[in-house]
Amino acid sequence: MSVDASGLAIVPAPDAPRPETSLDSRSRVRRETIKQLVKSPTFLIGVAVVLFWILCAFFSDAIVPHDPINDSLGAGTSAAPSSSYWFGLDEQGRDVFSRVIAGSANILKVAPLATAIGIGLGTLLGLVMGYFRGWTDNVIGRIIDAVLAIPLIVFAILILTALSGQSEGITVTPLRLAIVIGLAFTPPVARTVRAAALAERDLDYVQAAKLRGELAPYIMLAEILPNVVPTIIVEATVRLGYAIFTAATLAFLSYGVQPPTPDWGLNIAEQYQNVSFAWWESIFPALAIASLVVAVNLIADAVQQVLEG
Amino acid sequence: MIVYASAQVLPGDPGRQVLGREATPAAVHTFNQKLGYYDPLPVRYWHWLENAVQGDFGASYTDGRPVTDDLVPALQKSGFLALFAFLLCVPFGIVGGVIAALRRGKLSDRAITITGLSFAVMPEFVNAVLLQTGFAAGKPFSWFPEIAGSLLGASLLTRIDALFLPAVAVALVLFGYIARIARAGTIEALSADYTRTATLKGMPRNLVLRRHVIRNAILPTIAVVATQTGYLFGGLVAIEKFFGYPGIGQLILSAAQIKNFPMLQACVLVVGIIYFSATLLGDILSAALNPRVRLGKSS
Repeated sequence: MSVDASGLAIVPAPDAPRPETSLDSRSRVRRETIKQLVKSPTFLIGVAVVLFWILCAFFSDAIVPHDPINDSLGAGTSAAPSSSYWFGLDEQGRDVFSRVIAGSANILKVAPLATAIGIGLGTLLGLVMGYFRGWTDNVIGRIIDAVLAIPLIVFAILILTALSGQSEGITVTPLRLAIVIGLAFTPPVARTVRAAALAERDLDYVQAAKLRGELAPYIMLAEILPNVVPTIIVEATVRLGYAIFTAATLAFLSYGVQPPTPDWGLNIAEQYQNVSFAWWESIFPALAIASLVVAVNLIADAVQQVLEG
Repeated sequence: MIVYASAQVLPGDPGRQVLGREATPAAVHTFNQKLGYYDPLPVRYWHWLENAVQGDFGASYTDGRPVTDDLVPALQKSGFLALFAFLLCVPFGIVGGVIAALRRGKLSDRAITITGLSFAVMPEFVNAVLLQTGFAAGKPFSWFPEIAGSLLGASLLTRIDALFLPAVAVALVLFGYIARIARAGTIEALSADYTRTATLKGMPRNLVLRRHVIRNAILPTIAVVATQTGYLFGGLVAIEKFFGYPGIGQLILSAAQIKNFPMLQACVLVVGIIYFSATLLGDILSAALNPRVRLGKSS
């Protein structure tokens, strides 16, 4: 996925070998794209916020002032924000600030992984559909329509429940969660990539490759894929936002990590009923989710503007 | 339909579920046999499909009552909430989008676009936390009740009052989306040839806007609103949990928690059908409203 953002302006000549000039222009385009991105304030704000949360996730042990899980501070009950506990204490006397900081880890594991899975599978499917068209396209297209008719959250609940075996409760590991969200993302990604691949398949360079006798997988991955990379990058940033949205919502619905692990959605689920007397217990995790989601979408918007003009 | 079949494949051992751990293997066996659990899969699927088409989604695993007994009231409740949310967000979304387009690039455009988009990407329950902290929990304003409850037999006014916050939480997510589409549609219509022609022939600006711009701008919006209906029901799951409102979202959650698969399947199927009908309705509406799309008449 990190191939490059350069496919954009490159329309390879049908049979020209790819000498240094082509590579040169590729890296030039890439540099140009990055320069444009760095100039966009929305992109920079988004990146800053996301980086902040990534740092929190990696170094939470060093940052948190108190133990987010096993502490019982103050009187061991909830307490309003004060100078010693910035975001207050929750009903078990745990420092809300520490829990918000440590709570970033889980969602930042699940969301990128889910996005990667969805983009990977969706790209493959989309290329196959766009390249072969005909009945392959039709059959896969129908299945995609069917999956898209179910709201994402409901789809995830259905699959996660079915995967949880018989007698025990609902078991959700971060990996399983990421796979299910990734699978749910595959249809929309496939649709987008299919549209992009359809536009490419009749261009001269694809015809040339066919005439050279290249195999279909080669044409799809080595010829068409580099030229739809901008579309895929835009889709990936948009999906990442959705992945955070979905993972947070599922955590709130208790399809996520189990207590006492700090996690924003789960924390809200545990404490939203106390809003009337302890608003700080839910509002800070809520603001954390809001900041991360909005930041990722700012990045997505900026990337979209630069790559799609 | 393939998807519903795949849901059918997955359930574990219903007899063990319902009768509990202490049940004898023989009892579990008879129970499963009665359910047709040992029939081959295609047979079971066919039975289910056959009944589902006739509005019979089978009996709930937990108490043996028909699934529809719980499904229909829950659906009515969710439908009311969804309608409320739509009534809140569609007019505001369209007006907001048109205003943003008319003041393109100015401060009000920026404000509408950015607030709209920020709310559109936030999970519904996050909006709900913010709203509840602000408007229900006593500080700073306590205008609305905190939980919606079942509202059994409550008057329309009470229901609107109690459901205001849940509806706003859902509507906020859709508002930005609708505003964005309405804005794009208006900008496109403003730069269209027919608008220029209308202006050049001396038509007053308001009339141009009313007759040419807004009508055309609303078309794509309607199609988008229709496709958002399915999404809306996904959002309702979290909102119904948050406000304790026993609609279809709560039903899905509780059915999933106890692995009540007939109920879960029925809910998912109904949501899917609603989505399909809404999309179809959206297509028909935009075709009916769009003078350029004429169905049935050859040109």
